[in-house]
Amino acid sequence: MSTDAIALPRTELASRPFVDALHEWVTTVDHKRLGILYIVYALVFLVIGGIEAGVMRIQLVRPHNDFVSPQVFNRMFTMHGTTMIFFVAMPLVFGFANYLVPLMIGARDMAFPRLNAFSFWLTAFGGLLLYFSLVGANGLYGAGNAPDVGWFAYAPLTSRTFSVGHSTDFWTLGLLVSGFGSIGTAINILTTILCLRCPGMSLGKMPLLVWLNFVMSGMVVLAVSPLTAAQLMLLVDRYLGGHFFDTQAGGSAVIWMHFFWIFGHPEVYVLVIPAFAFASEIIPVFSRKAIFGYPVMVAATICIGFIGMSVWAHHMFTVGMSSNANTFFVLSTMAIAVPTGIKIFNWLATMWGGKIEFKTPMLFCVGFLFQFLIAGLTGIMLSAAPFDWQLGNSYFVVAHFHYVIVGGILFTVFAAFYYWFPKMTGRMCDETLGKLHFWLFLIGFHLTFDFMHIPGLLGMPRRIYTYEPGRGWDIWNLIVTIGVFFQALGTLVFVANLLWSYFKGKAAGNDPWDAWTLEWSTNSPPPAYNFATIPAIKSRRPLWDLKHPDDPDWKYE
Amino acid sequence: MNATPMTIAEREIMLNRPARGRVGMFGLIAAEAAIFTIFVVAYLFYVGKSLTGPMPKDVLSVPIFYTICLLSSSLTIHLAVKALRRGNVRVFGDWWLVTIALGAAFIYGTAMEWNRLIYHDGLTISTNLFGTTYYSLVGLHGFHVVVGLLALSMVMVFTLLGNVRSEHAERVDVLSLYWHFVDAVWVIVFTVVYVAGR
Amino acid sequence: MCAFPFRASVFLFKHLRCEEQSQARGKTIAHDFLAIAQEADARGDPPNAMASTRHSSTLGVFHLFLVAIWSAAASTDTAAQSMSPTNIFAPVSTSAKSIFGLSIFVLAVTAAIFVVVFALLTYSVVKFRKRANDDGREPPQVYGSNQVELAWTVIPVLIVVALFMATARVIADVQKTARPDNAIEVIAIGHQFWWEYRYPALGVVTANELHVPVSDSNHPTPTLIKLLSADTDHSFWVPRLAGKTDLIPNHPNSMWIDPHQTGLFLGQCAQYCGTQHAKMLLRVYVQSRDEFDRWIQEQRRPAFASDAASRGQRIFETTACINCHTVAGTVADGRFGPDLTHLMSRDTIAAGATPNTPQNLRLWIRDPEAIKPGSLMPAMELNDQDLNALTAYLETLR
Repeated sequence: MSTDAIALPRTELASRPFVDALHEWVTTVDHKRLGILYIVYALVFLVIGGIEAGVMRIQLVRPHNDFVSPQVFNRMFTMHGTTMIFFVAMPLVFGFANYLVPLMIGARDMAFPRLNAFSFWLTAFGGLLLYFSLVGANGLYGAGNAPDVGWFAYAPLTSRTFSVGHSTDFWTLGLLVSGFGSIGTAINILTTILCLRCPGMSLGKMPLLVWLNFVMSGMVVLAVSPLTAAQLMLLVDRYLGGHFFDTQAGGSAVIWMHFFWIFGHPEVYVLVIPAFAFASEIIPVFSRKAIFGYPVMVAATICIGFIGMSVWAHHMFTVGMSSNANTFFVLSTMAIAVPTGIKIFNWLATMWGGKIEFKTPMLFCVGFLFQFLIAGLTGIMLSAAPFDWQLGNSYFVVAHFHYVIVGGILFTVFAAFYYWFPKMTGRMCDETLGKLHFWLFLIGFHLTFDFMHIPGLLGMPRRIYTYEPGRGWDIWNLIVTIGVFFQALGTLVFVANLLWSYFKGKAAGNDPWDAWTLEWSTNSPPPAYNFATIPAIKSRRPLWDLKHPDDPDWKYE
Repeated sequence: MNATPMTIAEREIMLNRPARGRVGMFGLIAAEAAIFTIFVVAYLFYVGKSLTGPMPKDVLSVPIFYTICLLSSSLTIHLAVKALRRGNVRVFGDWWLVTIALGAAFIYGTAMEWNRLIYHDGLTISTNLFGTTYYSLVGLHGFHVVVGLLALSMVMVFTLLGNVRSEHAERVDVLSLYWHFVDAVWVIVFTVVYVAGR
Repeated sequence: MCAFPFRASVFLFKHLRCEEQSQARGKTIAHDFLAIAQEADARGDPPNAMASTRHSSTLGVFHLFLVAIWSAAASTDTAAQSMSPTNIFAPVSTSAKSIFGLSIFVLAVTAAIFVVVFALLTYSVVKFRKRANDDGREPPQVYGSNQVELAWTVIPVLIVVALFMATARVIADVQKTARPDNAIEVIAIGHQFWWEYRYPALGVVTANELHVPVSDSNHPTPTLIKLLSADTDHSFWVPRLAGKTDLIPNHPNSMWIDPHQTGLFLGQCAQYCGTQHAKMLLRVYVQSRDEFDRWIQEQRRPAFASDAASRGQRIFETTACINCHTVAGTVADGRFGPDLTHLMSRDTIAAGATPNTPQNLRLWIRDPEAIKPGSLMPAMELNDQDLNALTAYLETLR
């Protein structure tokens, strides 16, 4: 078996005309380039979404503040949520999947390279369409209106009666278009994994990242379509006089909620499962041990995938469903805690007895472990429906899901950046700046999101542009806002690190982390064709087998 | 470093991996099935809930003939693909044309029905809940038939130009999967709208 | 001997219940507990048999837990109240208390899980650090262990079962309570951005400030609130009185509260309903039965007729005011905005956005955007004289 790549000299970028380079990037169908495009796109929107969050937190730093008007605030939380989910988290997920999956399965590209490019540009266009609302949506309040209906856009607030002008339409169309892109990429990933695995790589020998992206893609295919359907129905209501969500004509506002959350809940598993994937690749390498319980990790993820499609109405406990319905969704939501907990224990067992090196990627993964534990536990609290009757729609929920998305997903995404940046660029990130980023962000994250639980417990609902003094919420909101500055600083350090390291970072070589999956067998960055010859493998860790010919994995699997 | 995509050499892939075109099409079918499921659920949820206006049993007439057209087009497309696998391009072309004709007949039937419903019975998408859900569901399906017909017509044009040969049978078969899906959806839509919902 | 703790807890429990005087008619877990204890006492059953008659031992443990919690709650209630008037951990009504009991149980279980897993994680990242004097060899590769996997599957499953059973019980208690005959019925209609309250049996229509009678444990008088909406989705959330329930157009909901203490309880709309969602505040006045009856009598009267303010009344009745507002006994019968018949009986205006003073009222009429930007009250474009007269008129609507 040969996993050697033909060594190529790095092309000097400066010597090529800019227009040529731009043209290459715009017309590329190479999964690695598209992956990087997705990731850079997501980083830009991460900063924009962060600014939107900053505006909100400044407005909420004290009661009866007047930093922004209620109209602007309502647009901020709508855009912040929509941007972060659809134009930061999804592109990050698809970007890394695009880059890594073909490399990890020993393929040359995705199954449908042109569909891949088309899907990326659809997603990108969707984001631009959403933000075009700032100039294009002629609402009551003058030219330019971002949508202000909340990221889940409950009916009948989105009907023509209550959402005048076109801002809601930009929300609908932007997401409709990027939804098609998401489905396209998901189909591509599924097909790639099923059809292009290298010889010897049975389904049971794929890296966990590949398995988890497989489950994630299956969920996207089944879950994004309900959102597409609901949005088409909303467009029929708004433009063709339809009555899908028209309560005056006998329609139901609750059915929008069902359709939205049938998408919305699997969506958060779509976001978190790749986070699990990063952790499942990085923790073993920095603990110097194989992942503990590979088959159980696969089974648990598949369980999460299935059960995750049946928990959606836990977002609707306060809507007035029957006690039987409420009880069912309590059960399914609590049930999903079991496979999720199993995964945490397996990561714990991976570290157990290992030799842990706290490089930056591992720091972020350890942060993820602690934080995801807490996030899962607050999720269990919310799953107890009567408890949710108090906690739901309050800052407790906001704290919970940010704990998952920032403390869980974003931390592993940062880990993934530091871990695979050397592979993508051929240069190491600066370790000192990386650690600085970690500590700044950690402090900011905990200041903001630990203390954010408290106003929820004290009765503060979400989506309010201001609040009354004398409810005991003031000090907690102040602390939450202070944390934002640390996170912003940490993110600045991160971006600076990426930029500096791209030009001046230490040369990485093929395998800087002494890792075991196929992407580390080829050049950094890999050549366009990925591998000189398609590898044939015998175990889950082909490079471990190469490095330890006396003690290969395939003897024990 | 150029960015030309490397085509995947067939001999480098293990023979026991499924074909990517087929898998991709199943993925698309799964996604489309999910969209249709939501529209069907909405239709069923709103059965009997219209506050005004014509009710299904007042205005719907069961389109038996056009349903037979569409469902038999599944048979004819299957015969077409079989012929192409055998290398008989002429027979393939004939059955393919019949498939397109049957699909077009179905669309014609739908158009006639909608014409009657709108101008004679006064049922539009904005009339009541029945109108909204009916036109949306049947319309979504009709849209998928039209897209299918466009794809089938493109293949017809290639056939007439002499560019379709037996080695393309696999790709044509993948396209026929889409057509079978559209027919299967019609079976469900038909049952929900003309049988259960009346 | 093992009977003693059980008996002791029953005694403690009975003691607490008398202290709180909150034996609501709605079936609560505590009520069942007391009833079982009393029945068993009457029969002379030995405690051990009692523990297994109606409940599994899991629920028995849960009930004992509740006893401990309620005794703790009684002492921390004042602490919770002083932290915030909308603290979910300071319940004063039966359903809020059921939720509180469940929440403490859930918090205890999750805290225990947290402590254990946190300790294991901390231990592992400390103990298994790569040492400075590392020999560079890879540690032993352990691929898995079926027994361990089984263990940490079974234990979470058991925990989930316990949590689920406790939760299902509280859901049934709160949602399936039979409605007692003497419940006060209120219909709450959510509007953008104010609350309409109707007492159909008592003939009262008011807005934004809800008055309910306190519920005595011996003669419980809960208030049943039917929740409707005139426009978008809203949610009624007064944390100390109950969990929130949404007001959704074309989807009537209902909830009940039986506050055991008089006082003013605060809350606000908890489902984003548009621009001024943030200032759709809730004020629930729980009054003694006498005070409540008096308030009802006052609210039932038509508006005070007052000659002194007739100029203001003429302005009110000849401008667009009457399109939106009702003043009972006059020609004004608009339903889009709050009923103003007894406007001066309220402490606040604009759904709690500002105190009900003459200056604020005048400002509200002149320029609503100054108090609640984005509310649906239009600026009335009156000159100063008319504005003063109108305000004077409204001030007579006691």
